Amino acid sequence: MTPHILTRSLDRAATAFVLIVAAIGVLIPLSNLLLPQGSMFQVPTYLVALWGKYVCYAILALSIDLIWGYCGILSLGHGAFFALGGYAMGMYLMRQIGSRGVYGNPILPDFMVFLNWSKLPWYWYGFDKFWFAALMVLLVPGLLAFCFGWLAFRSRVTGVYLSIITQAMTYALLLAFFRNDFGFGGNNGLTDFKDILGFNVQAEGTRAALFLLSCLALIIAFLISRAIVASKLGKVLIAVRDAESRTRFLGYRVESYKLFVFTLSACMAGVAGALYVPQVGIINPSEFAPANSIEAVIWVAVGGRGTLVGAALGAVVVNYAKTFFTSGPLAPYWLFMLGALFILVTLLLPKGIVGTFNSWWEKARHSSPDADSAAREDGIGAPNAAE
Amino acid sequence: MFANCIDRFRALFLSILLLSCLTVPALAGPFEDSVAKFANDEFSDTEAAIGEVAASGNALASPIISALQDGRLSADPDSKKVFITRTDGKIVDAATGAAVDKLPDNAAAVRLNNRLRRTVEAALGGLTLLSPDPAKRLAAAQSVFKSHEENVLPTVESALAKESVKSVKQAFAEARAAIILFKSDASDSDKLDAVAVVKARGDQEALALLTALGADQPPLVANAAASAVSSIQSNLAMWSMVQNAWYGVSLGSVLLLAAIGLAITFGVMGVINMAHGEMVMLGAYTTFVVQEVIRSRYPALFDYSLLIAVPLAFLVAGLIGVLIERTIIRFLYGRPLETLLATWGLSLVLQQAVRTAFGPTNREVGNPSWMSGAFELGQITITYNRLWILCFTLAVFAILLAMLRYTALGLEMRAVTQNRRMAASMGIATSRVDALTFGLGSGIAGIAGVALSQIDNVSPNLGQSYIIDSFMVVVFGGVGNLWGTLVGAFTLGIANKFLEPVAGAVLGKIAILVLIILFIQKRPRGLFALKGRAVEA
Repeated sequence: MTPHILTRSLDRAATAFVLIVAAIGVLIPLSNLLLPQGSMFQVPTYLVALWGKYVCYAILALSIDLIWGYCGILSLGHGAFFALGGYAMGMYLMRQIGSRGVYGNPILPDFMVFLNWSKLPWYWYGFDKFWFAALMVLLVPGLLAFCFGWLAFRSRVTGVYLSIITQAMTYALLLAFFRNDFGFGGNNGLTDFKDILGFNVQAEGTRAALFLLSCLALIIAFLISRAIVASKLGKVLIAVRDAESRTRFLGYRVESYKLFVFTLSACMAGVAGALYVPQVGIINPSEFAPANSIEAVIWVAVGGRGTLVGAALGAVVVNYAKTFFTSGPLAPYWLFMLGALFILVTLLLPKGIVGTFNSWWEKARHSSPDADSAAREDGIGAPNAAE
Repeated sequence: MFANCIDRFRALFLSILLLSCLTVPALAGPFEDSVAKFANDEFSDTEAAIGEVAASGNALASPIISALQDGRLSADPDSKKVFITRTDGKIVDAATGAAVDKLPDNAAAVRLNNRLRRTVEAALGGLTLLSPDPAKRLAAAQSVFKSHEENVLPTVESALAKESVKSVKQAFAEARAAIILFKSDASDSDKLDAVAVVKARGDQEALALLTALGADQPPLVANAAASAVSSIQSNLAMWSMVQNAWYGVSLGSVLLLAAIGLAITFGVMGVINMAHGEMVMLGAYTTFVVQEVIRSRYPALFDYSLLIAVPLAFLVAGLIGVLIERTIIRFLYGRPLETLLATWGLSLVLQQAVRTAFGPTNREVGNPSWMSGAFELGQITITYNRLWILCFTLAVFAILLAMLRYTALGLEMRAVTQNRRMAASMGIATSRVDALTFGLGSGIAGIAGVALSQIDNVSPNLGQSYIIDSFMVVVFGGVGNLWGTLVGAFTLGIANKFLEPVAGAVLGKIAILVLIILFIQKRPRGLFALKGRAVEA
């Protein structure tokens, strides 16, 4: 397994993915803005926002795949990091409304005026500046993940126990954010956004730019994940996934590796949430619902656990199917389909779409004469099913 | 024609008058004389009449005085006869209760002034104090305790002397004490006795009464009252602790019921069943169906509906559990995370299936008569449905424990749990045991659904609201240990209910979740962890 072969093969897969995402990121906004309305190739604005949502979900899926696919940490609370990033961005957008709100208060968001609050709570300070909000998008989920992971990994909470307490974490946050006196808009969350960095959130140009930015973020997240996975650090992570005790006995500080990747993954989820909110136009506590986090896990499982491309692909495919079915006459059957998807993927397609395709491809290459150490190239392929 | 009619009426009236004149000497007692005083059109006579009628104990006293209050009492000044116009329009003679066709022409409503109205109200209160129905007497005594009107004191005292029912007598004594406490001319020693009586009552109302006493009391009484207030307060605080503890135990029993099936599937088998809540929901819907059938076919059996539903719910949920195990879970043994995802998908399917079959709204599940109502224990109220659920939960727990310990199936289950390959070598059909264990856990979840249908909304989302709590209980108590589940459920229930008054319901729940998350850091395998090699399995 020489580094040369590794990088070459990685480059090939990664380059294709990056190029495709970049092409989508450029072409969709361009067609939306430049082509005349009603033209066959013009992408309507609502579709730009919809696909922007998918791209954000893809980043979230990537962050889950990084910890689940490569480190064996199944987080059922990653939606919480996503939502926290979203709230940080939402707070910035709320402050940008200024005196244009229903009550016209230049400082306080509408819901605070409604609750008869006289001054801004301390944790809302600074969110009128974009750089601060952007910092918080990374910092808040990252810090929560760091504290949570530090406690959990140090005391060796693993497997389903970790899954269950991450679920409890997002459930606790759900309950907290539903409260009005928590200061984040309670039930209704944050909405009615006007401007982002001085541009109208609703404008076509802003939406196109946000879409481009989301694609860019996906590419960056992908490259970072790819770099980690391909590095020596990535090998240790995979070792932790496949045999945690053995890795520890070999002298690696398992909990430090886990903590690093968990925190990084939370930051990625936070960024995804922050990009999601201005495109959707609302953030409310239901984003913390445990069901959302579990659904995000199934995107990864469908696309292919342990294949970064697969995670992103899974998010887009499942969400496209969701939009397609829930908007048609088949809407009552969507939950049947989603449920069946969970069952069938785990039973019949444990490697996911991309993982299954990979192993099929390898077989095909093995039978051909120029197969050179293909199996080893895919050392970061589908995880050991026995884990 | 009309004049003729009046003539005939007059003749009738005269004859009645004559008759009554004739009969008066025979019938006229103190009651009739008292009633006749209403006809004098003098306030002083009316007041005297009210007092005498109220004290008479006659069955007509209450209708007379309430008619007086509403202006439905009329008197004929000539014949000195008094009539009640009943609320349904019929007219009766106030003294005899005999029906009368029509009011005399010169009859006029008996007048009242403000002072008399108060007398009337007090008299009415006093009258219910003398009612033949003990429940009414009790209610009247309670209301006197609150109002402590001075002028009903004689009635209260006479009622107290006559009373034979113990609880009502107690209430009369307390009412009397309340009156004396606020009576300006009562002696200090009487007041001290009264304070003692009120203190012995010891509830929120006694506290309100004593705090309302004011500072203008003699120092001795004021001191006694103050010490009584503080003693009642500490007593009430104690009772509110008891109340919280009861609520906690009650919540704990619900948690235990929801988690006990999970303790089997997750704890004993190590299978993460996210569809566990849906098994609970299926049990609740089984109860609904049973009740619907009973309502439409055999309404007399309604009180037994839950008894019929329990085995049916066990069968329905258990069979579905076996089916799930055979078709899905057995392919995923040893892959807990995949099991988690597959069963989550299954829960979505089951929810949606029930939503399609029964509709998304709450369905009505009734309480049988023996489960509705409540009783008082000291200062707290205990509802029968909560009490029955507690008993039921403990019974289910005991049966399950005995089953695991003493039956052949229980033995096989434990063997397979501890060492699957060894058990298989000894000739145990492990896959059969797996299916039965999973079916047992699911069946118990179904039974839980029967009980939970009595206190919760039966809707497709019923299970979801319990799943996180159930997992918390099992993880907190320690996997693979039924006793741990028991302790975990009651600990969480009681902790939750004691945090609630301090922090509010939602914050209390958040605090519990955070505490569990922290607790798991300290003891990653729960309160009662399995020791030895099984841990790393």
